[in-house]
Amino acid sequence: MDATAFPYGLRVLVVDDDPTWLKILEKMLRKCSYEVTTCGLARVALDILRERKNKFDIVISDVNMPDMDGFKLLEHIGLEMDLPVIMMSIDGETSRVMKGVQHGACDYLLKPVRMKELRNIWQHVYRKKMHEVKEIEGNDSCDDLQILRNSFEGLDEKSLFMRSDSDTMRKRKDVDKDHADQESSDGNTVKKARVVWSVDLHQKFVNAVNQIGFDKVGPKKILDLMNVPGLTRENVASHLQKYRLYLSRLQKQNEERILGAARQDFSHKGTSENLNLRSSFQEQPSNIANGYPHASQNIQTQANMLDSQLEDTKSTVPLPVPDKKRTLASDAADSQNVTSASSLGGVLSFKSMPVNQDRKPSETMILECQAWTGGIPSKQFMQYPKHNHERCDLLGDYSCLPKPDLEHPVGPSNLYAPPPLISMSCGMEGDARDFSDVKPAIMDCIKSLSPALTCTVDSVSVQLSDSVVTSIDGDLKSSGVDGLPSIKDCCLDQTNSQGSLRPSQEPSIIGSTELASLPEDLPSYPLHGVSLENIGLSSIDLLNYSDAMILSGLQSNWYDDLEFSSEMMDYPSIDECLFASS
Amino acid sequence: MAAAALRDQLTALLSSMFSQGLVDEQFQQLQMLQDEGGTPGFVSEVVTLFCDDADRIINEIATLLEQPVVNFDKVDAYVHQLKGSSASVGAQKVKFTCMQFRQFCQDKSRDGCLMALAVVRNDFYDLRNKFQTMLQLEQQIQAYDPKQQ
Repeated sequence: MDATAFPYGLRVLVVDDDPTWLKILEKMLRKCSYEVTTCGLARVALDILRERKNKFDIVISDVNMPDMDGFKLLEHIGLEMDLPVIMMSIDGETSRVMKGVQHGACDYLLKPVRMKELRNIWQHVYRKKMHEVKEIEGNDSCDDLQILRNSFEGLDEKSLFMRSDSDTMRKRKDVDKDHADQESSDGNTVKKARVVWSVDLHQKFVNAVNQIGFDKVGPKKILDLMNVPGLTRENVASHLQKYRLYLSRLQKQNEERILGAARQDFSHKGTSENLNLRSSFQEQPSNIANGYPHASQNIQTQANMLDSQLEDTKSTVPLPVPDKKRTLASDAADSQNVTSASSLGGVLSFKSMPVNQDRKPSETMILECQAWTGGIPSKQFMQYPKHNHERCDLLGDYSCLPKPDLEHPVGPSNLYAPPPLISMSCGMEGDARDFSDVKPAIMDCIKSLSPALTCTVDSVSVQLSDSVVTSIDGDLKSSGVDGLPSIKDCCLDQTNSQGSLRPSQEPSIIGSTELASLPEDLPSYPLHGVSLENIGLSSIDLLNYSDAMILSGLQSNWYDDLEFSSEMMDYPSIDECLFASS
Repeated sequence: MAAAALRDQLTALLSSMFSQGLVDEQFQQLQMLQDEGGTPGFVSEVVTLFCDDADRIINEIATLLEQPVVNFDKVDAYVHQLKGSSASVGAQKVKFTCMQFRQFCQDKSRDGCLMALAVVRNDFYDLRNKFQTMLQLEQQIQAYDPKQQ
């Protein structure tokens, strides 16, 4: 009835292929008054966890199992459910234990496990919650998180907390209610306890990782760079861990996934699903899978597919402004998946999606501006919200633009670049003058491009002119000469993606020194990388979106590049992938 | 009277199993779990599970070792499994034999493995007999005095 009541009824899932041990463990755990579910196969365990979301507090898993390595299971659980996992094995080899810890095990028990060890496993659940409470409590000053946090209260927990421990949170809250005098405040915070890695927060994280370099990266450094008040080192550390895991896994699977994507008709679900139906962490893998078909479908199917694609783009337009922002964000998450960035970020960001009703557009935008570092002209973003209506209109207008191009396809693949890019141009305050200003310069560089590409270039140029860098035109021109600046890569790659693929050329373009030097350039040349990456959410997202489209439009030669970009573990982010491919 | 005699017999059997190193303190733990938890059939359940599983594993290993080309990794995995099972019930001797067995697997020595298999089998059968005797004694004791357990 007091705090000691907490561990009772702790819901434990035990996974072990050894029936004897399963029986014994079950018995021991029951003796600790835990609720025990046993399972002899790792895959079945994953299914159980996916099916019965929020029904477990902790998982105890054997290391050696025939159907799936315990470490693999651990990784899945860590990424999908974020549950504490205890590994157990007969081997106490340091390397094995270390491997377990590296994969995110909260403990590593040696068989035969004793009662006294099991009696204490609740501490891992409790510790996790405590950290979460601390994270949130420390974040009171952070408006961004505060907003998210406030909005949690009125929302269906399922859509927000795809957490197995949310039930326990409730339990805890009930317990706390019984002792309202002592613990009610604690109970409230327990309920809200979680940092939500929204799209922008994750973007900041990724930017910080890039700036530091993946080899040298550390939670403290990232934290300093991110400069988000209230965010703790632990938040960053755990996020980084997941990000790393994800990247390493993705690196292995990148190619096969793109090539072997199961084709589901994702486009029908399209935008609406992206908006916020994707509420659960657990659905994420299938969404990843969907992301590729979505893209690869586009490669193969022709104009009719395109129309639905276009519809997707257009359907984002009429949404109310705050929602629109989120819509775009969800697109970004899509492309993040495709472009080997952390899907985790995408997923986590969805958690905050239903929240957007509560967020005032201006607030969010300003928050973003404040957080972007590296000399990005914040003035522009400050104005951003005011232009929302204009943006919508523009978006509406421009999203029609690709149509003429689409009717004259150069190749099936080129068609996808225009819509997103055009949207991008609109995302940037859409200053029409800039079109005319910069277009000629770019047109000099790329004379022999198809109408579709011209269109693309237009939008790029708008973007540039908006980023308040005075020497854009010069850069652009020189880019035509040197082939260095990223803009040119962008254009060139687009050309290549137009179906006239010259395999030998592409890697060299992508592998240009530009990419390697990107992070160093970030602070000083916003135009180069940061401006393209960081300009507001909508533009990032659209960029990414277009990136995904471009990627999907490429033929298999391109996948080498993809691999290349993910091999460059120094800069394994959305943005780099974007750059590598855009 | 007869129940007391049977209980003495059981105690003697268990202590001989301990003294011979057939079982270790983990087995004691299981008994304690049973006694404290007030769940009479627990040890018998676990022991039965172990015997079935170990028997299955030993047969798997035997089949693998009969193959013209022995997959030692697979054998090793099974031996590891057996080691885990025996550790969980506290079948110390079988566990130790498994550890030696694994060395032969790593050396990829077919003869060594066959020899180790014979030893493991022997140890296991020996233990299983004792377990079975133990379970029978327990059943008889219970038949005399159901409230006892």
